[in-house]
Amino acid sequence: MTDLFSSFNYGVIIILMMLGLYVVFAARNLIKRLVGLSVFQTSVFLFYISLGKVSGGQPPILVDSRGLEKTDHAASPIVQVAASDDIAAIHSLHHVEAVLYSNPLPHVLILTAIVVGVATLAIGLALTVRIREVYGSIEEDVIDRLDYQYNLEGAGE
Amino acid sequence: MDILSLLPPWLLTHGVALLVVLPLLAGAAMAVIPRERIAWTITFMVMLICMLCALTLALQVIDQGRLSYKMGGWEPPYGIEYVVDALSAPVLLLISAMAVICLFYASPSVKAEVEPKKRAAFYGAFLICAAGLLGMVVTGDAFNVFVFLEVSSISTYVLVAMGHSRDRRALRAAYDYLILGSIGATFFVIGIGFLYMETGTLNMADMSNILDGLDGGSRVAQVGFAFIVIGLGLKLAMFPLHMWLPGAYAHAPSFVTIFLASTATKAALYLLLRFAFTIFDLSFDYVVTILSQFVLVLAVVGMVFASIQAIFQTDVRRVLAFSSIAQVGYILLGLSFLTLSGLTASYVHLINHAFIKGGLFLAVGAMWYRFGITRVADFRGLSKTMPWTMSAFTISGLSLIGVPLTAGFVSKLQLATAAWERGYGWAVGVILFSSILALVYIGRILRVAYFETPPQINGVEVLKNEAPLIMLIPMWILAILSIVIGINAGWVVDAAGRAAELLIPTQMIGRGL
Amino acid sequence: MVSPEISLALLLLIPLAASGLTGLCGQRPNLREAITFIASFALLAIVIHLIGFVAAGQRPELYLGSFAGDFEFKLILEPLGAVFAAIASSLWILNSLFTMGYMRGNNEKNQTRFFLFVAIAIAAVMGIAASGNLITLFIFYEVLTLSTLPLVAHKGDAKARKGGTIYGLILMGTSLAFLLPAVIGTHVIAGTTDFQVGGVFPSGTSLLTTSILLFLFAFGIGKAALMPVHPWLPNAMVAPTPVSALLHAVAVVKAGVFTMIKVVTLIFGPSLAAATPMSTVLSWVAAISIVVASLIALRQDNLKARLAYSTVSQLAYVTLGAMLAAPAAIIGGALQIVMHAWGKITLFMCAGAIYTVTHRTNISQLDGLGRSMPWVFGAFLIGALSIIGAPPLGGSWPKYFLMVGALDSGKAILIAALIVSSILNVIYLIPVAARGFLKPPADPDIDAKITAQKGAYKWVIIPPVLTAFGAFILFFFSGPIIDFLMPILPDGAF
Repeated sequence: MTDLFSSFNYGVIIILMMLGLYVVFAARNLIKRLVGLSVFQTSVFLFYISLGKVSGGQPPILVDSRGLEKTDHAASPIVQVAASDDIAAIHSLHHVEAVLYSNPLPHVLILTAIVVGVATLAIGLALTVRIREVYGSIEEDVIDRLDYQYNLEGAGE
Repeated sequence: MDILSLLPPWLLTHGVALLVVLPLLAGAAMAVIPRERIAWTITFMVMLICMLCALTLALQVIDQGRLSYKMGGWEPPYGIEYVVDALSAPVLLLISAMAVICLFYASPSVKAEVEPKKRAAFYGAFLICAAGLLGMVVTGDAFNVFVFLEVSSISTYVLVAMGHSRDRRALRAAYDYLILGSIGATFFVIGIGFLYMETGTLNMADMSNILDGLDGGSRVAQVGFAFIVIGLGLKLAMFPLHMWLPGAYAHAPSFVTIFLASTATKAALYLLLRFAFTIFDLSFDYVVTILSQFVLVLAVVGMVFASIQAIFQTDVRRVLAFSSIAQVGYILLGLSFLTLSGLTASYVHLINHAFIKGGLFLAVGAMWYRFGITRVADFRGLSKTMPWTMSAFTISGLSLIGVPLTAGFVSKLQLATAAWERGYGWAVGVILFSSILALVYIGRILRVAYFETPPQINGVEVLKNEAPLIMLIPMWILAILSIVIGINAGWVVDAAGRAAELLIPTQMIGRGL
Repeated sequence: MVSPEISLALLLLIPLAASGLTGLCGQRPNLREAITFIASFALLAIVIHLIGFVAAGQRPELYLGSFAGDFEFKLILEPLGAVFAAIASSLWILNSLFTMGYMRGNNEKNQTRFFLFVAIAIAAVMGIAASGNLITLFIFYEVLTLSTLPLVAHKGDAKARKGGTIYGLILMGTSLAFLLPAVIGTHVIAGTTDFQVGGVFPSGTSLLTTSILLFLFAFGIGKAALMPVHPWLPNAMVAPTPVSALLHAVAVVKAGVFTMIKVVTLIFGPSLAAATPMSTVLSWVAAISIVVASLIALRQDNLKARLAYSTVSQLAYVTLGAMLAAPAAIIGGALQIVMHAWGKITLFMCAGAIYTVTHRTNISQLDGLGRSMPWVFGAFLIGALSIIGAPPLGGSWPKYFLMVGALDSGKAILIAALIVSSILNVIYLIPVAARGFLKPPADPDIDAKITAQKGAYKWVIIPPVLTAFGAFILFFFSGPIIDFLMPILPDGAF
């Protein structure tokens, strides 16, 4: 049971991922497909965030003995722990009296990925707007029909 | 190397970074530049500098082997490392050189096909796309690859959509490309995530060492590899993940099609080589299985089916687009042999196909520029109305078929020999069958152009109307290059051989056979 | 004295330079044709010069660099190639004379393009003749296909387009689908594609492998027009007659059968080829081609079509000689290349002359024409007799050697095919001349007019007379040719 719950978030991620992909391929409305794409991408963000979790790890914020946030980065010993469940490795780290942090790197990575996702969505929406202006519809069936006529008339040039 | 000592030291040390940073910054600057001429000049200068950087790097690599550049001074594996070696240097040179060649052509072509207000922005998007492609190739950090992949992809969606003033279907093509491209990139990033989970590092060299230590790693790494292959497969238009390609190539502005056809899929192919052979390697059974069975079958099916589809297209640009999918099949086929000669053949074809397809699309773009035609039926009498353009098209077309004394023959000969050495006699048959299909779809176009009389408009035969010199120069550069390689392919084969040796180190030869 | 290396380079450069110069002098027909003549004489001189080296036992060699890895680009002239180069270059001179007369007499369009591509084709033929290995040969083989394609489709009408399409598709298709795999297979199995006396395959190569390769070669060399890959040849007859004469009686088809003989003797080696079971099958295919093509020729009324099928039949003689792989048969095949070239070009030039003067293309229209054009019909008769194999004409030797070869290799039954074919040759070639001389003219007035004005067409009439004379002379020179060719066979084979 504990296994099931410890990987609970991965289950959610898989469901979201499949859901998103299904919408992308099944929907015939341009906006709905973009929604599906966003859901799909978001599931990946969750996946990365889950990766960074180290069991028993604190949030990766540097504090000194007085509980204040440190600003002098160079002086503080940063101990990075790989995102592995290797308990022995974690214990060995305790011996050097390091604080166990969750891995911050995936979080930083995913910030980049979120920005990329936003940009993609923005371009996708902009394209949809233009398609609406040109074709008067965002339903793929309508657009396909118009394109088909366009081809027949040989107005491709 | 003497030439290297003549170059300024900053170029030698920072050339790697300049290659990416310069076009990226210039691309951003385009947003505030109002004039098209200025935009073109800056773009041209930037890409020229990039090409010089790439050339310098290629020379340095021949001289010194692997080059490493620490971005921002952070030591790898924590910082982002840029790496240039025998595998990436030729691709860098290819991308930047193709950009420069295409840019000659851009000024008339873009004027004809893109709305005046958007032209400066168009060049901006192009610069960012080039920066993304160069970045993908030069970076030694797996997540950084994703970032550059998306940088190039997003700007490509914009570039494709810019074709709407010429053909409104460009919008739909860009949208489809966006959906599929994003799915591909997301698959890729999932794969990177799994790899990070397994190894705890993002630096490629480090990742490779750790995976070696783990003896290929657990199922996590295996799943990661599958995701990466599929994600990159979408980007490089591996059959049957190629659905976005014909639309995008057929409706984008000519200039964009030329650049994409000769570089974008090539950069993705480079990544596949990089991931499959250096980060993972042939000592892991699952890599061997996926490449030598899965990729092999898809490559063969793609070569035949895409060629057959190409025969039945009415639009020349779609013919060439389907042909590109078939040619990707050739490259993947060589890769799936898992032998030195197979990889050499793959790499040779990667370079040759960029020149060949670039040349063909350049010619087709010039035909659209003069007569507004892209359909096969409209090619009537082009040998008389545009003799120089049509001759360049013919040379590149023959090269695509694989006629002797052209670059295409060299790569097909290499590939067929590699297939035979690998013991795949049937693959030789498939390669040649696909060549015959190429003969049919290119021959069909040539036949219309050479054997039929020019069309008549209001009873008057269309007069000779040759493309402007600035368009002819780039297409003839590529056509002549194709012949030069056909006569003496030594330099291309040597470069490919060095890359292949990097991919399959000596102790790995014979693995997975 | 010009060194052998430079001479070999000149072999390619002279026709290429001629092609470039004719392109530049397009506006001035006299200058253009002068260039062609100078080039063709210069080429013949170089070939004769090279034959001197080859006869002295030297093998002029020119290494042009390696292309694509371990594939090398090199030229080596051996006796067989020298003979082929000699035929092609000498007939180029006579054919240029004929071309000039034909093109001007018929006011053909795009004459410059015509001369230009013929010169490129000649360069390709020289390349084939002097190829040092299979891959070089393959390259020139394809160049020859491509450079002759515009010539076949020269007229540009629907029929020419169809002929050109079939021509390109079959020749390119077979070479890509069969010949290239065979070349690559040879390279992988033998480790080299260099031509060597006695063959290149290591002993112990399985006979199944050599059978497959021999099959691929036999049908991959589409230019040899072995049935069923022959349809390109009759379809190529839409080309202007000079093309049919030079290319489809001499250069292209002879390049095909030349390759066939070269592959059998210098890649397989006669003994391995004879031991390969496939050679028996292919010699039967060749024998069937000989008879069937003759039968088809019999039913053609169009003179050029009849000659085309006759060519298909005669080419199969060479293939038969190669596939019998007995020394006498190979020598017979090689002689057939020489003798048939002179005989068939005579017939085609006669057909062209008749067309130029009278605009008649069918055999049924030729009644009594021999009285107005005695020289042309006389030349036709001599050419026909040479093809049939009647002594004292050149064509009799190859038949004799082929029959000896068939006996040597224990396939005496194939002699029947040769005899049947000779009888059929008599039936379909002699009546053409006989009609001209013996039947009364259909319309004497028109023929009288032709007699009066044919002086204007002397340049289409002289060349066939010269080649007919050549076919006669060659009867007496077969001895030196055989001695010259001997070194291509392993020692003591004959």
